[in-house]
Amino acid sequence: MAKIVINQKKVINPQELIKLCPFAAIEYVNNYLTINAACKMCNICIKQGPEGVFELVEEQVEAIDKDKWRGIAVYVDHLEGDIHPVTMELIGKAKELAAKINYPVYALFMGHDIKDRAKEILHYGVDEIFVYDQEELKDFRIEPYTAVFEDFINNIMPSIVLVGGTTIGRSLAPRAAARFRTGLTADCTILDVQENTDLDQIRPAFGGNIMAHIHTPNHRPQFATVRYKIFSAPERSEEIHGQITYCTVESEKLVSKIEVLDIKKKEREESIEDAEVIIVAGRAIQKEDDLSMIYELADLLGAHVATTRPLIEAGWADPRKQIGLSGRTVKPKLIITCGVSGAIQFVAGMNNSECIVAIDKDEKASIFGVAHYGIIGDVYEVIPRLIEKIKANKVNVEDMAYASTN
Amino acid sequence: MDIFVCIKQVPGTTEVEVDEKTGVLKRDGIDSKMNPYDLYAVETAIKIKEEKKGEVTVLSMGPPQAAEIIGEAYMMGADRGALFTDMKFAGADVLATAYTLSQGIKKLGNPDLIICGKMTTDGDTAQVGPEIAEFLDIPHVANVKKILEIKEDSIVLEMDMPHTIEIVDVKLPCLITVEKGIYQPRLPSFKRKIATKDREIPFYSLKDLDDHDEMKYGLDGSPTQVKRIFPPEANTDQEIWKGSGEELSERLVDKLGELKFL
Repeated sequence: MAKIVINQKKVINPQELIKLCPFAAIEYVNNYLTINAACKMCNICIKQGPEGVFELVEEQVEAIDKDKWRGIAVYVDHLEGDIHPVTMELIGKAKELAAKINYPVYALFMGHDIKDRAKEILHYGVDEIFVYDQEELKDFRIEPYTAVFEDFINNIMPSIVLVGGTTIGRSLAPRAAARFRTGLTADCTILDVQENTDLDQIRPAFGGNIMAHIHTPNHRPQFATVRYKIFSAPERSEEIHGQITYCTVESEKLVSKIEVLDIKKKEREESIEDAEVIIVAGRAIQKEDDLSMIYELADLLGAHVATTRPLIEAGWADPRKQIGLSGRTVKPKLIITCGVSGAIQFVAGMNNSECIVAIDKDEKASIFGVAHYGIIGDVYEVIPRLIEKIKANKVNVEDMAYASTN
Repeated sequence: MDIFVCIKQVPGTTEVEVDEKTGVLKRDGIDSKMNPYDLYAVETAIKIKEEKKGEVTVLSMGPPQAAEIIGEAYMMGADRGALFTDMKFAGADVLATAYTLSQGIKKLGNPDLIICGKMTTDGDTAQVGPEIAEFLDIPHVANVKKILEIKEDSIVLEMDMPHTIEIVDVKLPCLITVEKGIYQPRLPSFKRKIATKDREIPFYSLKDLDDHDEMKYGLDGSPTQVKRIFPPEANTDQEIWKGSGEELSERLVDKLGELKFL
């Protein structure tokens, strides 16, 4: 049991010691300093407190044999055979990590009538894809899908398992990880691997205000989920070197207490996650009518319009257009933020964009910390002029085109 | 119908900073409100109770001060609650948290339905619910948007998928995680506040649970460990432009052209 022990004899100024803990876990009761259940084992009291007052006592646990586990597996996220692009992004990252420690890259593909689709995955550089094509796996239902995951892990024993942070992935990965009583780190934004095969998992915490570096030192496999558009997909190669292996799980293990009665198609909405160019309206937009200039600019650039949370809360835009931790994560080629101050919750949803242009009049706005081009100016001054100039530019080009054809 | 709801106390704000030199979290103030997503879970439970009769139990793992949110759930209409609090639960990751809550659920009874919020605002993982279901060996459905029908031994739900809505019939007992917006959470009422102010909030510790193995709880029961925390990086490769609206728009048009966006 790892625990923090307090050396009561060395306690001189208890009120000062209480202040050490950011979680208010240190209490002083009946002339006795104690730690309560609010303790997060962050060890700040040990590091920051006076020498010898707080002490970490750890019992050595038996180390597992990490060599028994080998390879990086990627779960192929799909709906009725349509493979979600996050899969390719994870394969790209898996290859990069695997090259460092000489690991194979595996893909796990489960569903029904999916055999034909498996070959496509090989074009992205997977060494071996394991396909479970069974009728019971037609719809995503948690028990049979977890059973297949269990079968795959037991047979292949991958050291690392990467799952897309999609609706399915966020349901399936924790279930599979819990079955193996192993660790799972959600929504990683950076992944790396140590020589000893430990996965470095870095993710935002506290609403993105801090980054946490997490590892799984004594459990295998190491599960991590990653959202769509965090990593880049590799180029599809014409050549294939990997192989397809077909597997099955006995039907008795694929029973479910869930019955899918109906699947209704939602109206296909325009998704900001797939947009190549995004214009973001922020709080500096004073009234709903003023959004028209944002839409006009977006039209000229062939862009999608997204917003920050205050505008969603004001009811000016559809919640599906919100960027940020409580909205969508985007990674467009170009993003222009208009009057966005850049709250960390927002930035966490867009800071992987390839080119960030920020327009805001407040020089100190935190958006300028992430912008490639920080434009310090009033959106009401800059955007209308920008629209005019782009229009003029287009007319010129059209005139020239017209002139050259005559 | 016996309904359990898992809730968590979270920081009132996510405005925290890290001291770059020491890596220490600068966070004054303490956990202070119910995770906003849990309000929808509590509301869903109370709605079902109102329709089908039954009892709503709320449970939480956390420090003693987390008893506040159980009191809050009482004010919304929950019937009973329990707080699982022990120094030995400290430092729990997703797995250890889910295991503690699953043990807590077993301690309190055999619910027909367990409801969790979509995620918490401090962890943002959305993974504790499915792991609890795994430990209890019951089915779960995440992203529940609507409850269509509650039958004798099953529940019919709308599950929100990216491009579709799936209508599923799940046998009870099961666990669901609900989307915000499933129902509008009611405000704690003053009448219920008076009525429930003396209602007991029992505290349980590790010794009250079935499984006493310390190695399955808190830091020891957590396969993942935080190596370090650090502030997010700022972009170093950047240009800052100042000038009049005219100058700035001119430069931006040129730049967009240069980058081939025009």
